[in-house]
Amino acid sequence: MSRLLPFIGFMLLAALFGFGIWWNTQHDPNAIPTPLLDKPAPAFNLPKLYEPTQTVSKADLLGKPYLLNVFASWCIECGVEHPVLQAEGPTLGVQLVGYNYKDAPADAKRWLAEHGSPYALVIADEPGQTAIDFGVYGAPESFLIDAQGVIRYKHIGPLTPEVVAKELKPAIAALRKETP
Amino acid sequence: MRLSSCGSGFSRDAFCRSTQGASRLKPLPQGFLLRLLLVILFAFAGTLHAQAIEPMPFANHAQELRFQHLTHELRCPMCQNETLADSNAPIARDLRNQIFKMMQQGKSDDEIKQYLVARYSKFVLYDPPLTRGTWLLWFGPLLILLGGAGVVLVAIRKRGRMPANGSSGPRPSIDNGDDW
Repeated sequence: MSRLLPFIGFMLLAALFGFGIWWNTQHDPNAIPTPLLDKPAPAFNLPKLYEPTQTVSKADLLGKPYLLNVFASWCIECGVEHPVLQAEGPTLGVQLVGYNYKDAPADAKRWLAEHGSPYALVIADEPGQTAIDFGVYGAPESFLIDAQGVIRYKHIGPLTPEVVAKELKPAIAALRKETP
Repeated sequence: MRLSSCGSGFSRDAFCRSTQGASRLKPLPQGFLLRLLLVILFAFAGTLHAQAIEPMPFANHAQELRFQHLTHELRCPMCQNETLADSNAPIARDLRNQIFKMMQQGKSDDEIKQYLVARYSKFVLYDPPLTRGTWLLWFGPLLILLGGAGVVLVAIRKRGRMPANGSSGPRPSIDNGDDW
């Protein structure tokens, strides 16, 4: 028995490392859990990308759930996410609001003209100040905000078809069940 | 080199890969060329470093020291192996400016930390407070140390007993250091 102990110890360590590898394939090790989940979204008042003289506030968007999608023309992974938003956006059943993050308006407009816009509305946060209140630290990030203005789901990194099917759509379905 | 790889790209994945460009250089036959290359490299690294920590109009030297201390205790949410003080990520720059602004408003270190934790979770604290959720983090190493000490103690005792009842000839040679 005592001769087996080192082997058992080795197997336990190997199992632990194996679990670590498996865990990292299932989770994004860089994603920070947001403390804002199930809390009211921060107040904001940001200009529209296409009509910079008009601003949109949190109060303006209350009443209907929406998906706030943080994107930027400089963000490479937003290009990966974009076709998914284009394809899945109309099937989600919630309004898509684009949140242009730390971007020159001209660059953002060019990017959207080139790739097409999946958004019903695009707001622009060029200085990135409001984004700090949302706990945004990069792009893309997506927030599902319900009719009462509460953040119900957040995804860090690009939305993939798998994430949309396994996480986003169930979260939207749960919203619909609450408010028929 | 680390700063350049972390600061030039904006995308989440390409952000923080630290490349050791200097060490990968093949040894050149001409020592002069190598020396010239190194000079250029270091000069470049110097400017990048200067960009990373832009000068701020501190009220006094004490405030500057406080700022340096605080930003070294906070983790950049984007480049997660860097402090806010070291990181050249755009979000780190924004958060440094925010911390500076809050200092000018007379906010205490704790208030500033709370502000960041409310948005980016405890993840940003390099010196996490002792709570129910972090006791394992704080005392886990001590537990492992105690466990190891226990194992060593048991092994020593066992070996100590060996010669006493070890009159049966071949046993000690089999067990000699085999256990651990």
